[in-house]
Amino acid sequence: MHAESQIREPLILGNKTYRNITDDIIAPIEGKANRLWYILFTISVLGFMWGIGCLSYTIGVGIGAWGSNNGVDWAWDITNFVWWIGIGHAGTLISAVLLLFRQKWRMAINRSAEAMTIFAVLCAAIFVTLHTGRPWLDYMLFPLPNQFGSLWPNFNSPLLWDVFAVSTYATVSIVFWYIGLIPDFAMVRDRVVKPRMKKIYALLSFGWGGNVRHWSRFEEVSLVLAGLSTPLVFSVHSIVSFDFATSVVPGWHTTIFPPYFVSGAVFSGFAMVLTLMLIVRKVYKLESYITVKHVEYMNIVIIVTGSIVGVAYLTELFVAWYSGVEWEQYAFLNRATGPMWWSYAAMMTCNVISPQLFWFKKLRTNLVFTFVLSIVVNIGMWFERFVIIVPTLCRTYLPSTWNTYTPTFVDVGIFVGTIGMFFTLFLLYSRTFPVIAQAELKSILKSSGEEHKKAAANHAHH
Amino acid sequence: MATKQIIHGIYSDEVPLLEGCTKLRAAGIRIKDVFTPFPVHGIDPIVGVPRTRIAICAFIYGITGLSLATLMMWYMMVSDWPNDIGGKPNWNYYSNIPAFIPITFEATVFCAAHGMSLTYLLRCWLVPGAKAKNPDPRTTDDKFMIYLELNDEQSKKADEILRSTGAEEVNYKGTITIEPKY
Repeated sequence: MHAESQIREPLILGNKTYRNITDDIIAPIEGKANRLWYILFTISVLGFMWGIGCLSYTIGVGIGAWGSNNGVDWAWDITNFVWWIGIGHAGTLISAVLLLFRQKWRMAINRSAEAMTIFAVLCAAIFVTLHTGRPWLDYMLFPLPNQFGSLWPNFNSPLLWDVFAVSTYATVSIVFWYIGLIPDFAMVRDRVVKPRMKKIYALLSFGWGGNVRHWSRFEEVSLVLAGLSTPLVFSVHSIVSFDFATSVVPGWHTTIFPPYFVSGAVFSGFAMVLTLMLIVRKVYKLESYITVKHVEYMNIVIIVTGSIVGVAYLTELFVAWYSGVEWEQYAFLNRATGPMWWSYAAMMTCNVISPQLFWFKKLRTNLVFTFVLSIVVNIGMWFERFVIIVPTLCRTYLPSTWNTYTPTFVDVGIFVGTIGMFFTLFLLYSRTFPVIAQAELKSILKSSGEEHKKAAANHAHH
Repeated sequence: MATKQIIHGIYSDEVPLLEGCTKLRAAGIRIKDVFTPFPVHGIDPIVGVPRTRIAICAFIYGITGLSLATLMMWYMMVSDWPNDIGGKPNWNYYSNIPAFIPITFEATVFCAAHGMSLTYLLRCWLVPGAKAKNPDPRTTDDKFMIYLELNDEQSKKADEILRSTGAEEVNYKGTITIEPKY
């Protein structure tokens, strides 16, 4: 068996057996929801409903209902799209990149992080399908034979690359998530007593047995999927950034965009994982599995990616000055000091300054502080996309096209609706799915469990 | 025609399970299968399971996706309806390759990932509505099971080995008749 260094802190606290892990993970599925769950669920559903209302209104009257205008033709729609897609990236990063790097702490959070990815991509999909203006014609994005004079989509366009990237990303994430879920659904199937639940989980578990061949294939498939998802996740946000970078708009046409977008995505995604996991561990009493050490590891990722984002902001400013291109220089001057300076200030404060506080161990191991900061980071990352899109489009080449922008209640409504939908789905997920990959967790109990580590230490001394 | 005894050897830990498997194999007893709640590393060579070739499938599916994407973009952009976009005409595939890289990559990943996952599900027969393949439901929780199909003489030997290596239970689950293969 693989022995782990005593210097590493245990990943599973308390004296747990395999049975305890099963019991703890199945408790939210078998038990009844508490009042807090119902309150959160009601609020989320109400937000979701409002979003559906605004969405239907948009489909009915067209995107003139939004604040977008002739100059500012991308606004909240694309801001929200990029924000949600970015949030999704942490799930893939945790399950794929950390698997390749053999980081065992991922096992407590990967399931929920992947669920978050899928829900976030669904939210993002709402904005891209809607922003085309006539969503019923969205099938024209796909390379289908048609009666319009063999009109094919333009494969030279980054917007079409995005269609392929996001749909590949969404489907591969779902498959990766589901393949990991099958053994855990089987555990639920074999444990629950209510006949109807047994039937549902039997259907979901696809007849999993857990024999040697299946596990050996399972591990190989997980590894190869991780290997495929890792470049995929980098490509998706690079391509999202190409939507901007391949244009000729000053402030967008920069080569730094792909790495800057990817690190920003991981940054905001980890913040959202923290927001969700801090609630989940508390509500479902999973403190033994999602420990303070896990939170600290995630906060370290936040420092790293937050610093990359900070460096990217400063590099952008430097390159604008150094390039000598006055359009470029004005674009950045306008972002920082123009009419929407407050959004730039919010972005800088939330994304560059606030994560640096995590250099203090006291702060990055403080759960309340982490929770607040994770929300601050997500607000900051929303403003980053807003700053890139709106102030830039308000001041393009021709001063005669200069414009301003105010969102309408429909813009706000759809955004709030996606947040509502995200939490509705997550709350439903957390009561019906095994929220921790228990099979994987059982495989590290002996090497990383607290009591097992203590026993190993005592054994070494004698 | 041969009649064989079905034996379930149940363990509560993976270490004695591995020991039991090793000893059974050393005694020349064929292990039909082992059911575990999580992947037990190092069990494959002991039980005699060869390394899966599913990664090779993924590679082949990936190459297929790459070829399909190339063929699609060549047909649509170059052969069927060449466009001149921003002074950059699509008269041949070669000069437009940089613009085609993202979709070529995405299609490669798409086909590799989905092809491999589908192969995995079908090869293990994990489909909606399939019957649970573990004979004892406790093996998804905290028990480990060695599944044997043996004749009477081997059954006795296996029983001894299972008990001596710490099996909690040795359950006899009836017999099956195996038709000889001609």
